[in-house]
Amino acid sequence: MFSIGFLKMRGVCVTSDPTVTCQDVRKVWAEGTKRAHFALGPLSLNIYPGEFVILLGPSGCGKSTLLYLIAGLEQASAGTIKFFGKQVTGPSPERSLIFQETSLLPWLSVGQNVSFGLSIRGVPAEERQAASVKALQRVGLAEAINKRPDELSGGMRQRVAVARALTMRPKVLLMDEPFAALDVQTRAKMQDFLADVWRDSQASVLFVTHSIDEAIALADRVVVFTSRPGRIKEVVPIDLPRPRDPFSPAAERLRRDLTNMLHDEVDRAFAEQEALV
Amino acid sequence: MTKEAIPIVNYRPELTERFAAFRPHLVNFGWSIISIGLFAGIWEVCWALGLTDPRLLPPPHIFLGNILEQGKYFNTAQTWQIGIADGGAASPAMSVLYTILSSTGRVLAGLALATIVALVLGVAARYFALVERLALPTITLLAPVSPVAWLPIAIFLFGIGNRPAIFMVFIALVFTMTIATIAQIDGVNRNYINVARTMGATKRQIYTRIVIPAILPGLLVVLRMNLFGAWMVVLVAEATGVGFGLGQVVMLARNTFNPSLVFFTITIIGLLGFGFDILFRIVQRRVLYWVPQDAGRLRDL
Repeated sequence: MFSIGFLKMRGVCVTSDPTVTCQDVRKVWAEGTKRAHFALGPLSLNIYPGEFVILLGPSGCGKSTLLYLIAGLEQASAGTIKFFGKQVTGPSPERSLIFQETSLLPWLSVGQNVSFGLSIRGVPAEERQAASVKALQRVGLAEAINKRPDELSGGMRQRVAVARALTMRPKVLLMDEPFAALDVQTRAKMQDFLADVWRDSQASVLFVTHSIDEAIALADRVVVFTSRPGRIKEVVPIDLPRPRDPFSPAAERLRRDLTNMLHDEVDRAFAEQEALV
Repeated sequence: MTKEAIPIVNYRPELTERFAAFRPHLVNFGWSIISIGLFAGIWEVCWALGLTDPRLLPPPHIFLGNILEQGKYFNTAQTWQIGIADGGAASPAMSVLYTILSSTGRVLAGLALATIVALVLGVAARYFALVERLALPTITLLAPVSPVAWLPIAIFLFGIGNRPAIFMVFIALVFTMTIATIAQIDGVNRNYINVARTMGATKRQIYTRIVIPAILPGLLVVLRMNLFGAWMVVLVAEATGVGFGLGQVVMLARNTFNPSLVFFTITIIGLLGFGFDILFRIVQRRVLYWVPQDAGRLRDL
């Protein structure tokens, strides 16, 4: 199902246990009320150590919902989610979530934001400072340590958010359309940046997007979602060497296949929305 | 021309910069003067054209022209034997100052009390479900009660003097401020809270590290709005015999049919409110440095 050759290349044992296991997961919003609606599932999916998985699907298909369930910020209505074999019951620093919009705390400096998780744990100030510097160096923003978040551009802010997540040494990075609000050029840069950060860290990445180009640029596996309620339509492994050429014949072929898969689902989503009106 | 030939002019950039930073405030102040001047000007024109009766609506130059004479009416302290001993001993200027300070003190004391109680109650209501269930219905029930209705209670409980006036300000503001605090808490960006949760923050840490700083900017706006409310209430409290102060002076003016004195007092109250509003905004800029200073952005449309 996933790219064996690639995992070997990264020195990850193929037979290793999954980082995240989702078994028949379902989510119903406003359960038990008149407004109840199925958002997700049933859905089963495994994420393996060091893997970069992209969740691709039409808007409102429950991709982000799955991320929130894995993060432990929401509870699944049915099914089980396990993290290294243990049931997920709430949020944990080992499962870092990065949001679409800025989530930096505006009253803290960039450095304080990066070490926020450490200060919650009661880590002493010098250690926090050192960790901030190190994390910011990794995302190329060491000079911004004393700036305020509103002095940074959108792309820089998302890099700080990544740095903040990395200081917690997460086993899995959950990213909810983190680059959706950025312009196309910045977005391409951020994808390169993320690919580098991911390579250096040992973390798995679960990345939600509705951009096919983003999926082709980053994923080991693309999980294509159906329209609501979100289920897995197809899992597409991408075994292209990195850094990837977005215009190679293989990439063009992938782009066409993924576009066709999404097209049907977007049509269905539209038809459903029109039926509601 | 060589590099050395370029003259270096020391134009003391630090001074220029300081002035540049100060300029917008100066411009704003200028506009405030023009705004008030325009209002006063229209009034004066109406008087000059004989449209308004100067005995009923004396224009600014009349009621501000005899400040010293008005000052003697401010010495109402003797009525209640509070503060200045043996009424009449203080000079008119001192009486004016004393009256202003007493009213201001009551406003600030009431406002401070109401703010602290509202903040504690609002946070507690969201922190402990039981507090919300026990307190919120009563608070919502009492919030719309007019301050005038509390007046007898204030007098029954505290008699006359400072305490009933402070109580009036407090009771008139505390309920709406509590509800505003809860609304502020509910409005905190979910992402901030989720970030703290994924980092393993406890409920207490979420409140102290996220919720409180996140609601401060909104609370300061609530405070500014309620400062005006506090001034309105303190006047009612003082006018109705709870104590001495600016409200008492307005009442005296009414009883002695002295419109000049009324407008003079209104001017003082207006200036005080204006001054405090500026003070609050300075505090906002200093303490809440992260809040974007983009007031008036819609002007550019």
